Amino acid sequence: MERETISVTVNGRAYERAVEPRRLLSDFLREDLRLTGTHVGCEHGVCGSCTVMMDGVTARSCLTFAVMADGAEIETIEGLGSVEAMHPVQQAFWEKHGLQCGFCTPGMLMTAVELLKANPDPSVDDIRDAISGNLCRCTGYQTIVESIQYAAKLMREDGP
Amino acid sequence: MTHTDMDPGTLANVQFRQVGKPLTRTDAPGKVTGRTPYAGDYVMPNMLHMRVLRADIASARLVRLDVSKARALTGVACVLTADDLADRTAATDIPGQTGQKRLDTDQPILVRDRVRYFGEPLALIAAETRDIADHAAELIEFELEPIPGVYDTLEALKPGAPLVYGRDNIVAERKIRKGDVEAGFARADLIVENTYRTPFQEHAFLEPEVGLAWVDENDVVNIRVSTQVIEHFRPIADALGVPHNKVRVRGALVGGGFGGKEDLTVEVYLALLAKQTGRPVRLEYSREDSFVGHGKRHPFILTYRTGVTKEGKITALDVNMIADAGAYVFLSPYVILYALVAAPGPYRVDNLNVFAKAVATNNMYTSAFRGFGALQACAAYEQQMDEIANTLSIDRLKLRRRNFLKTGEPMSTGFVPPSAIWTEQCAEKAWAGLGEPTASDGPIRTGRGLACYQQSYGRLTFLHDTSEAWVGVEMDGTVVVRSGVTDIGAGQISALGQIAVEVLGVTLDNVVIYNSDSAVTPLAGTTTATRALYMTGNAAKQAAEGLRARLAERAAQEFGVTPDEIDMAFNEVFVIDRPEKTMPLVDLVRTCAAEGIHRSELAIFRAPFGDFLDPETGQGQAHPDYAYGAHAVEVSVDVETGEVEVLKSVAAHDVGQCINPAAVEGQIQGGAQNGQGYALSEEMLYEEGRLVTPSFSEYLMPTAMDMPNVECIILESRSGVGPFGAKGIGEPAMTAVAPAIANAVADAIGVRVFEMPITPERVVTALQQRDAS
Repeated sequence: MERETISVTVNGRAYERAVEPRRLLSDFLREDLRLTGTHVGCEHGVCGSCTVMMDGVTARSCLTFAVMADGAEIETIEGLGSVEAMHPVQQAFWEKHGLQCGFCTPGMLMTAVELLKANPDPSVDDIRDAISGNLCRCTGYQTIVESIQYAAKLMREDGP
Repeated sequence: MTHTDMDPGTLANVQFRQVGKPLTRTDAPGKVTGRTPYAGDYVMPNMLHMRVLRADIASARLVRLDVSKARALTGVACVLTADDLADRTAATDIPGQTGQKRLDTDQPILVRDRVRYFGEPLALIAAETRDIADHAAELIEFELEPIPGVYDTLEALKPGAPLVYGRDNIVAERKIRKGDVEAGFARADLIVENTYRTPFQEHAFLEPEVGLAWVDENDVVNIRVSTQVIEHFRPIADALGVPHNKVRVRGALVGGGFGGKEDLTVEVYLALLAKQTGRPVRLEYSREDSFVGHGKRHPFILTYRTGVTKEGKITALDVNMIADAGAYVFLSPYVILYALVAAPGPYRVDNLNVFAKAVATNNMYTSAFRGFGALQACAAYEQQMDEIANTLSIDRLKLRRRNFLKTGEPMSTGFVPPSAIWTEQCAEKAWAGLGEPTASDGPIRTGRGLACYQQSYGRLTFLHDTSEAWVGVEMDGTVVVRSGVTDIGAGQISALGQIAVEVLGVTLDNVVIYNSDSAVTPLAGTTTATRALYMTGNAAKQAAEGLRARLAERAAQEFGVTPDEIDMAFNEVFVIDRPEKTMPLVDLVRTCAAEGIHRSELAIFRAPFGDFLDPETGQGQAHPDYAYGAHAVEVSVDVETGEVEVLKSVAAHDVGQCINPAAVEGQIQGGAQNGQGYALSEEMLYEEGRLVTPSFSEYLMPTAMDMPNVECIILESRSGVGPFGAKGIGEPAMTAVAPAIANAVADAIGVRVFEMPITPERVVTALQQRDAS
């Protein structure tokens, strides 16, 4: 199949890659760039595990073609922070037990980052609304909501 | 909000430093940063990609299967059909687990001539890319000639029903005959009889089945796979026809299990193609593959006939249970055994008849799912308790109180559970936890429900379950734990670490846990049956204690005291009450090393070994012990639309001893989600065995908008048979949720929906039927 060359910035690093037009962004990230932190749970945009940031807004990478990311800035869970220097949202999910099996976690975190950017002091209802497109089978969502509340607090205390 | 209740009598002189604390999990940093490799994240050079071709009719004869075009396609390395395989099956079978009719009913690895369920595998493909594998699947020509199937257990039991296999469709039957049921009914002032129906349920773990296999330099087939059970290396080897020591299964942190990764999933397919091609092969199920590719929760039809006095004391109970086993036998004989044992629930019933039957149909096969039959029984017995209370006009909690099984009393099988039975305390706390009632408002009616449960933890005693763990201390004082246990997300390995460091007096950041490798880590058994903490926790505790005893002996010599005067905490070894006599653990370890004192310990923990229950009476010991608790909810029901909303949810469980309260709460809250979906929204719809809801847009589990906060009330009787008196919480967390919701809905609208899930349609229909009558 004909390949197209795309230029895409992922977690601050520029990549130029030839991809088939039907290559999914999720496969591109996981297989071509070996960024396996982005998980694929349903391949049709329902579970939210594959959520990444594309030009500052969340996108379902399993419903996005890699060619659509040409020229875009992508951020994945790997770009959010490291074990040594965690993003407050990561820190909060760790401290507040916002995960169990961890498979939905990267998508939850990216969704939380988007929410907290737009709304630094969200109510519980705001949080539940924001993550309602991200399925979790382990936690019942309660500690996830608490983690996001705590992350908001950490980020407010930290300042912009 | 959480509060912990302890029995002050049992707490004397117990002070934990690590156990009982909500420590952060050892696996969390990797998971929040995306660094944790799941089974699907592994790749190897020269790797092939697999695809499974499945039947698209539920009951048929395979007339023709032509794979020649697929084999000829460029980039296809291998296509296997049943003709290429020896006549072997891949049964979920481990020593002691052999079931009834096993030989007739094991699923062939690939369809040879007869298709018995929708999605049964016809062929395996390995190709250079997934696209080529998909293309090859399209090139395979097959012809299925439909055979009349049977899709309903009651139909399957009728004379002349289409046979799934064998001479009839009965897969297994079990019974309890205890006391004198007829005399009990004769003494009753009232007899209440109802039939309850429970549905299929999909595990819906977020990580679909996935694995990678290769043949190593020792000709051993290695499989890295998302599984609850690494000890499937034995049936995998049997399926390949190779010795057991030629298959190695390694797990990874599992992206959810719930029983759905308890049976074999992709392992045999991977192993066959790795052997056949000599190349690494990877297979990842799509979500649709996952929906049609693994067993579901058994639907049950449960008829309860209860005799009670007018004061509400149960005098007799007769139960009939019919479970849909689907098209092949996996764990059905044991699922109905759990249901049988659980039939009366946490109540004292001396005159008891139970008959449980698993029936073959051409539906998707059914197997393990959190709760394992005991949950379906709870769905019925707790709705029945409310029906009795309503008929007698007795308060629902009061009726339960009159019948609760008490500590030291015999349960359904005549066995006296060794631990405390705190159902009553749990029920009272959960019920009170609902607080002030929310008022009904026009068409929005509110109601409350309570459900209590009894759920085993640990496997059936006739399986003679064991678990091993190894604990060692390194030259710098850090601790290593090795155990074959798989971590399916509940914090299994973190708990082992917490137990080991409690005993050895180091901090959790000083421990590393190696787990789930069938060739290297001591075999610990399955992560199923709420047994991981009980079995492997005890094994790790024993190993750590053995090591500690040796270290303490050497330290005692150093300080000129006896070993029982030595304590270890915060990486120091010291003499109790003599703070000047202390040394860093690392110094003691170096001394031991210099003197050749063994710095590790391998331990085996054995559950109580038992015989099978008496086949005629069902009497005997089925499980090591039982957990008890209660769940209470408040719901609102819109009587115009039939929509149910859960407003409040309170759980009270006696967990024996919390190892990590945060992990316990996580189980309870997650169990509430699983149970709420089961009660209200999760529906697997089949048409002639064909699944018409194979995605998350059709199969609806609760989202963050649907779930209330769950108040977790944790009681600690310290009476369990797990480490430090712990019981299990994995399955118990879910068991009572759905009947509590069903009872609340009935309380809200004054009429019961006898079939789950309680969808808006069923609510409206029940209301219309009531108004019509």
